[in-house]
Amino acid sequence: MSAITDSGRKQPLIYRLPVISHFRTSVGLQRGMLVTGLVLTVVFLLTAVFAPVIAPYGFAQLSDASGTFPAQQPPSAAHIWGTTVSGYDVFSRVIWGAQTAAVVIIVAVVMSIFLGVALGLLSGYFGGWLDRALVVIADAIYAFPSLLLAIVMSIVISRGQSSFWGGIVACSISISVVFVPQYFRVIRAETIRLKAEPYVESAKVVGASSFRIMGRHIFKNATRTLPLIFTLNASEAILTLAGLGFLGFGIEPSSAAEWGFDLSKAINDASSGIWWTGIFPGTAIVLTVLGLTLVGESINDLNDPRLRGRRKSGSKVPGGGSDRAATAALQAEVRSS
Amino acid sequence: MTTLIEAPPNDADGLLPSKSKASGGGLGTYLLIRFFLIIPTIFILVTMVFFLMRVIGDPITAAQGGRLPPDVLAQRIHDAGYDRPIIVQYLEYLGQVATGNFGTTITDRRPVVEMLATFGTATLELTINALIVALLVGIPLGLVSAYKRDKAPDAFLRFFAILCYATPVFFAGLLMKLTFSVWLGWFPVAGRASTRTELAMGSLAAPTGIYWLDALRSGNMAALGDVAAHSILPAVTLGLLTAGVFLRLVRTNVIGTLGKDYVEAGRSRGVSDFRLVTKHAYKPALIPIITVMGLQIALLLGGAVLTESTFEWKGLGYQLVQYLNARDFVAVQGIVVLLAVIVAVTNFVVDVAAALIDPRVRY
Repeated sequence: MSAITDSGRKQPLIYRLPVISHFRTSVGLQRGMLVTGLVLTVVFLLTAVFAPVIAPYGFAQLSDASGTFPAQQPPSAAHIWGTTVSGYDVFSRVIWGAQTAAVVIIVAVVMSIFLGVALGLLSGYFGGWLDRALVVIADAIYAFPSLLLAIVMSIVISRGQSSFWGGIVACSISISVVFVPQYFRVIRAETIRLKAEPYVESAKVVGASSFRIMGRHIFKNATRTLPLIFTLNASEAILTLAGLGFLGFGIEPSSAAEWGFDLSKAINDASSGIWWTGIFPGTAIVLTVLGLTLVGESINDLNDPRLRGRRKSGSKVPGGGSDRAATAALQAEVRSS
Repeated sequence: MTTLIEAPPNDADGLLPSKSKASGGGLGTYLLIRFFLIIPTIFILVTMVFFLMRVIGDPITAAQGGRLPPDVLAQRIHDAGYDRPIIVQYLEYLGQVATGNFGTTITDRRPVVEMLATFGTATLELTINALIVALLVGIPLGLVSAYKRDKAPDAFLRFFAILCYATPVFFAGLLMKLTFSVWLGWFPVAGRASTRTELAMGSLAAPTGIYWLDALRSGNMAALGDVAAHSILPAVTLGLLTAGVFLRLVRTNVIGTLGKDYVEAGRSRGVSDFRLVTKHAYKPALIPIITVMGLQIALLLGGAVLTESTFEWKGLGYQLVQYLNARDFVAVQGIVVLLAVIVAVTNFVVDVAAALIDPRVRY
């Protein structure tokens, strides 16, 4: 983590940015993984941003100038990936689905970071009964099947389905409830560690308020691992969103395109041999999650000197790696699964 | 769970601890404390689910509102006691749950406990099948991956593991169905058994509900084959989801133990690499796997909900979706609480197993 830049000299800002510095330290297979992940992620984001330009039809469009779209049509010139049972254009819905997924991830992850970091700082810094209560609750939520929790939340928030923004906010809150405990735990652990550092002590002596210490001194140092958790959670968010949509608790098909919902309709198609309604949205999910996971995994490996590949091909694994690094890597591994 | 994850599993120098009874006192205390830690977990989850489900109103309005005239609806709400203060209802619910009474479903008026027992066995069967697949695939491949570290097989297997994780179970299920049921015609498309088999097994005295067992007991080989054919695709679909996690865990841990001094000592004495991996590094690496298996139960159950819907496997997950669509929140609450209890108890059992295997866990 601290070994992002190797030399003691301070490097230009651009080389110290998370992903760029990781790219520079990577070699061989790890660089390949990172680049693959980055390419997939960038393609996903570009698709999300330019969905209105790329998609030939709207996500809820059922007809055009030449008439109503035929249902369950195999791929053809007019509908390059075919049409669904309700007559939607599969290609357009996959493209628009990227936009829905991107918005939900961003809203969900930002919300959970905000809450998780705030609670983690408070809990770790002040300790006491608040800390104990929050830890027990976070552990209970953490042990719970996340999809079930998301389902319960989505019932509570929207009673199932709703409009585009309503649905997106409902899905995002449902997903973020699952993630808040993760951020909470990481930030709390870091805060407890940093609380004992001399510079925090000296800030106290100078008379800084608790909130100033948390905001200025601890926050910046406790959030080093966030980019990693962010990428790992982003991929989990997509899977949870798709799971919700698959079970019918996502966003209504007329208000936004959602890959999981489309797949739930495609399950019945599959039994009768109709493959195009399922394969395309499914592949979109896999590629997006794959891209985000590869980026997250690579950052994780590159942060950990024990796992990082070496430019000079030393055949022996450095034996002196600290146990703490090993544990951290294992925890990250466990978390990411 | 937390305490175990934070205990560094990698420094397993004292491998294969002898199970001496000398430290029994420490173990006893540990087990007792660990056992009492289940209670707050379950309590919090039950409380959370109860209040969350009530935020949106009483279950009867949710299930039948709009379909009944207002006065009948009000009467029903009154009869069921849903018009009393929420705190009274909550305390009553806690008392009921403590005595194993989860109420009656609103839509089909069945006792929730009976419903849970009927469909729970199906979910249990699916989960066990999937776990077997996951272990059979994950552990050997993880060993290969660690043994061939940073070479082509390792790269391929790690990619495979990520792919397992990146594929939603229902998409994996859809691909399996398309390939093996529709195009190749090897396996049935959905369900737990064909109607004929279900009838044959239904005539058994006291059926267990676990189709493998029932088919074996009926002595009907055709039924057994039918059950097997139906279980393969769902088990593989759900199993692969977890297999990726196991693969990566085994890999990370075996690589960790391979760097240890005792492995180095073995190597210097001329023990072959293959033997080092399979005998020396493998066993201590299994301890964290047992621990993580507990965490995986939550993932498996979540995956089971999706797998069951994909394959029309009539278990808790399938039923959960049915009840959710019918807005029968009493049934939903029962299923969710049961799953929460299963997760908490599994975590306890796993912690106990880890403590029995590895004395350093007890502190």
